[in-house]
Amino acid sequence: MAIRRILIANRGEIALRIMRTCRHLGIETVLAVSLADKDSVPARFADRVVCIGPAKSTDSYLRAETIVHAALAVGADAIHPGYGFLSERVQLARLCEDNHIIFIGPTAIQIEAVGDKLRARAQAEAAQVPVVPGGAINTLAEAQALAEIIGAPLLLKAVGGGGGRGMKRVDRLDELPAALELASAEAGAAFGDARVYLERFVAQGRHVEVQILGDGRGKVVHLGERDCSAQRRYQKLIEETPAPHLSDSLRHDLHNAAVRLSESLSYRGAGTVEFLVDVERQTFYFLEMNARIQVEHPVTEAVTGIDIVAQQIAIAAGNGLNLNQSDVHTQGWSIECRVNAEDPDRDFQPSPGLVRQVQWPAGPGIRVDTHIESGSKVSPYYDSLLAKIIVHASDRSAALALMQQALSHTHLQGITTNISFQQRLLSDPDFVAGGVDTLFITRLLSHTN
Amino acid sequence: MSLTTKEIDQISQLLQDSAFDELHLELDGMKLSLRRAGAGFSEQRREPTPSTPAAPMLSPPAPAPTSTTPNPPPAAITLDPNQEPVTAPLLGTFYRAPKPGAAAFVEVGSEVDVDTVVGIIEVMKLMNTVRAGCKGRVTAIHARDGVLVEYGETLLTVARIS
Repeated sequence: MAIRRILIANRGEIALRIMRTCRHLGIETVLAVSLADKDSVPARFADRVVCIGPAKSTDSYLRAETIVHAALAVGADAIHPGYGFLSERVQLARLCEDNHIIFIGPTAIQIEAVGDKLRARAQAEAAQVPVVPGGAINTLAEAQALAEIIGAPLLLKAVGGGGGRGMKRVDRLDELPAALELASAEAGAAFGDARVYLERFVAQGRHVEVQILGDGRGKVVHLGERDCSAQRRYQKLIEETPAPHLSDSLRHDLHNAAVRLSESLSYRGAGTVEFLVDVERQTFYFLEMNARIQVEHPVTEAVTGIDIVAQQIAIAAGNGLNLNQSDVHTQGWSIECRVNAEDPDRDFQPSPGLVRQVQWPAGPGIRVDTHIESGSKVSPYYDSLLAKIIVHASDRSAALALMQQALSHTHLQGITTNISFQQRLLSDPDFVAGGVDTLFITRLLSHTN
Repeated sequence: MSLTTKEIDQISQLLQDSAFDELHLELDGMKLSLRRAGAGFSEQRREPTPSTPAAPMLSPPAPAPTSTTPNPPPAAITLDPNQEPVTAPLLGTFYRAPKPGAAAFVEVGSEVDVDTVVGIIEVMKLMNTVRAGCKGRVTAIHARDGVLVEYGETLLTVARIS
């Protein structure tokens, strides 16, 4: 079915990013906005806006029925959920299916299969994708027995968690009873699901993920990997592709594992399979699958020249996948820095407010995905992402130099940002050498304090 | 230049036979905008579906609904201090009566109290009652029956009685 009008159920830079591709494809856009976003840059870019509720996202962006009602009322053929909010909620995908609206994403069943960590793990094992040693636990006795086998340090994870939320590290086995009780209570409160599982904590791990596209009928291609190890409290700050210093065989195995898992699901749309690369053992484990577009998708677009949003729309419209694996070629190196409204000197506290003046970098090899212009208000209701600065150059050192140059030409007045911290990360000798692990930023900050 | 009625008929037939909802034509010194009835961004529900066959409808060449110009806020209504707007507490389809054919909850001139039901907003078949929220007399009804209202849109105006 042809898609002529899309309702975008998101906000900020990703809403604008999606609408740009829609405009390029000649598709009309209707943006669902909260009261706080009515005058935003994305709202002005949209062909139409509908106000779906007050600023608080639980009363607006997280209301699946309201979104679907709005889509039906404006005659939209499809809904693009972006990332975050309702993008991985089974409810929205199912409501779309029941009301003959195209959901630009995987099927409700696929979201369910990968959204539940235990089911995703089982799915990965069935597809012969390695998983971190560990498993589900129902009682303290089970947890202790399993912990004895795996050995400390351990990680307790909420089954319903994600994005780094709902995790607890256990360094000694005698800490397990108290940690389990706390993790279970927290998981119940935060995700409405008190189930937890236990796994090996990899002391030196890198976060490497593989972008895939599936046609929903079993055909899957990968668009290479991204290294997102530069994280603070599980929040990614810098992403790059290719992942530095991976052996060809490990890289190849990562790609194939992602494709195998996605094929086993007959996955539909764009997805990302996240892996933990165990640096010591030179192996990798499946972490989770994200059934949506990722924040960091532009680095993949830079090196492949493939518009991932356009692919999502084509697949959703039933046009299948117009790419074979042999059509995917990567060129050069791409790095993304997230510019957040956070104060690095105050433990990265959010810094909402009025952006009086802004200057974004420009020039060959520089892309800025943002919804912020001079006069924009950064609302305290939403996450603090202001912009993604993406550079593309012939190799890693050229990309690093270009990113430094781009950041030095980025100026925001009125709010505090993490730009100076990003510059510090980029010039750190370990980061310059490449291939840092996920504790890189934690170590850097502990040296400072 | 100008177009004859017959030529406009022919152009509208073109739109009717096409897969498009709108047609914008600019010729020397004149603009013609055609839009299918029920298409565009007016209320268009896919179910229950019994709708009249789409027929092209002449509309003034005023701002096209799909233009890229900034969106006007929905129904911003200026009021004197005694006039209280009753706004939509959520997005949905507004109904003035409890069921089709029944008398409207309120009419212009009706007296209302804080808890008086003034309409229903339906969201995916879930009916939400809208209450006046103030004491007074209805002076205007802005929202049309069976039409999408956005969050915060003014549904009706009540002149306060103290």
